[in-house]
Amino acid sequence: MSTLRTRVVSVNSGTPVLERPLVDDAVGTPVPTASALPRPPRRWVRATILGAVIPIAVIVLWQAIATSGLVPSYRLPTPLSVWAAGVDLYERGVLYQHIAISTQRVLLGFGIGAIVGLALASIVGLSARASELFAPTLGALRAVPSLAWVPLLGLYLGLNEDSKVALVAIGAFFPVYTTVAPALRHVDAHLVELGRSYGYSGPALLSLVQLPAVVPAVISSLRLALAQAWLFLVAGELLGASLGLGFLLVDSQQNGRIDRLFLTIILLGILGKGTDGAVGLLERFLLKRWGS
Amino acid sequence: MSSSSLRDSTAADALSVSIHDLSRRFGDRVVLSELSLEIAAGEIVALIGPSGCGKSTLLRHIGGLDSPTGGSIAIGGTPVTGLDARSAIAFQEPRLLPWCSITRNVEVGLPRGKRAHDDRDRVAALLELVKLSSSAHLRPREISGGMAQRVSLARALARRPGVLLLDEPFGALDALTRLSMQDLLLDLHAAEPATIVIVTHDVDEALYLADRVILLGAIDAEENAAQASIRSTVVVPGVRPRDRGSGDLAELRAELLEGLGVPTHHLAAR
Ligand SMILES: Nc1ncnc2c1ncn2[C@@H]1O[C@H](COP(=O)(O)OP(=O)(O)O)[C@@H](O)[C@H]1O
Ligand SMILES: [Mg+2]
Repeated sequence: MSTLRTRVVSVNSGTPVLERPLVDDAVGTPVPTASALPRPPRRWVRATILGAVIPIAVIVLWQAIATSGLVPSYRLPTPLSVWAAGVDLYERGVLYQHIAISTQRVLLGFGIGAIVGLALASIVGLSARASELFAPTLGALRAVPSLAWVPLLGLYLGLNEDSKVALVAIGAFFPVYTTVAPALRHVDAHLVELGRSYGYSGPALLSLVQLPAVVPAVISSLRLALAQAWLFLVAGELLGASLGLGFLLVDSQQNGRIDRLFLTIILLGILGKGTDGAVGLLERFLLKRWGS
Repeated sequence: MSSSSLRDSTAADALSVSIHDLSRRFGDRVVLSELSLEIAAGEIVALIGPSGCGKSTLLRHIGGLDSPTGGSIAIGGTPVTGLDARSAIAFQEPRLLPWCSITRNVEVGLPRGKRAHDDRDRVAALLELVKLSSSAHLRPREISGGMAQRVSLARALARRPGVLLLDEPFGALDALTRLSMQDLLLDLHAAEPATIVIVTHDVDEALYLADRVILLGAIDAEENAAQASIRSTVVVPGVRPRDRGSGDLAELRAELLEGLGVPTHHLAAR
């Protein structure tokens, strides 16, 4: 049982449990923080320009290859034809529908998965008894490959919204649960004892020590969960949907619309990055308040 | 100014500490063995002894952070049964909350459940006292180890404890700051009487601060090196503030150092 749990945790080791060696931290010379320095606006501009270099280069190269005749157009559409495919879908009024329904499924599923994940992680992370009760089962569920749920969810909930949102929620739940529960369990025992010795207990102790200590872990788990949510969304929509970006992928493939395939992939990239950026804003806000 | 503004606060009275036949085992390992000690209200007692002899363990027991395997402890005549609001401890490590400012870290020490109108003033005065006013807004990782220890001391003082437990509070300070912090502790003790139990490695510090110095260690080294109890008690003569260079203390100093296993050649030098 314990080996299973360890494995599960290490699978998610993309986000390390953020623990600070306090004593090492405190002994030493003062370190100026980045946040203490006024950030020059120039850097932001430079980052934007530098970040745009590679996408622009890729588009230029893509255009060059596509128009050179090296690759037939049914294998590689030109950037312009992809744009045109987008405009075409937009004018028919379906592009917005595909995007909206997919985004809605992701946000709903992500929200549900993250909230349930945080709640269960808090219980399992703070109570040894709850951990003994829940951890083995959740660890085993975690080991089930995600797509294995699709047929079952389809049967139980029908090939409708519920089953897709449920799948996305499953995808978002596990990164949050598997990151936050051990983070809570490993909150510096010295700090917990400090809080107790100064009269804090229960919710007061939780908000003084444990929650702030796991803020970085929560944020990185949310980012991971969001990426998982998009992954599970596409998986769900590929396997049975009549609307959504995953459906657009299958549909385009079956109709040989390579331009639409490219369009959908690019849209998924943009949407994923956009939602990740929103979590990034939340991260900046939370770390300003709770970061060390 | 600072000590006077602290004096205005409603300070708790100093409380006596009675330790009776205290024993503590960790598994098979006996760390404290039948240790008894009476500390009068308002007294300053220094605990010295080799590393690992159980000084921190003893302090944690007085603060109710650990429970004995034998014997008992009472503060002000009432038994210590668990975490005790009458004492405040400054741990050996500063244990500052890394996500809070220095000010907020000191505020953690304020007595819980009875917010006083002068809490803010008190925190500010304490920060001034430990010479950290200009760093009040910083986070722990932006300050040095010595500064962190001073924050930890200020936090313990914020609690207005009847018994102040200090575990090597000046260990990470440079020599000069250490001397001024010792004087500051004595000023505070005069302004706001509390019983102080201070663990230190520094014999001179012990003799400068304490009414009594308790040397901890194995009573019978051959029998069981781990079993620590009180090896000797030194009553420091004279009243504070003491002369740091006093010759009277040289004998005691040599005695304590010999007790710690450091040959001083004091008698030979005479
Ligand atoms: N929670 C614990 N579990 C096991 N052993 C402990 C524990 N706390 C302290 N000890 C042991 O007790 C001995 C005394 O520790 P401590 O009181 O920290 O020594 P000191 O403060 O005098 O250096 C050490 O050998 C230490 O390993
Ligand atoms: Mg110690």
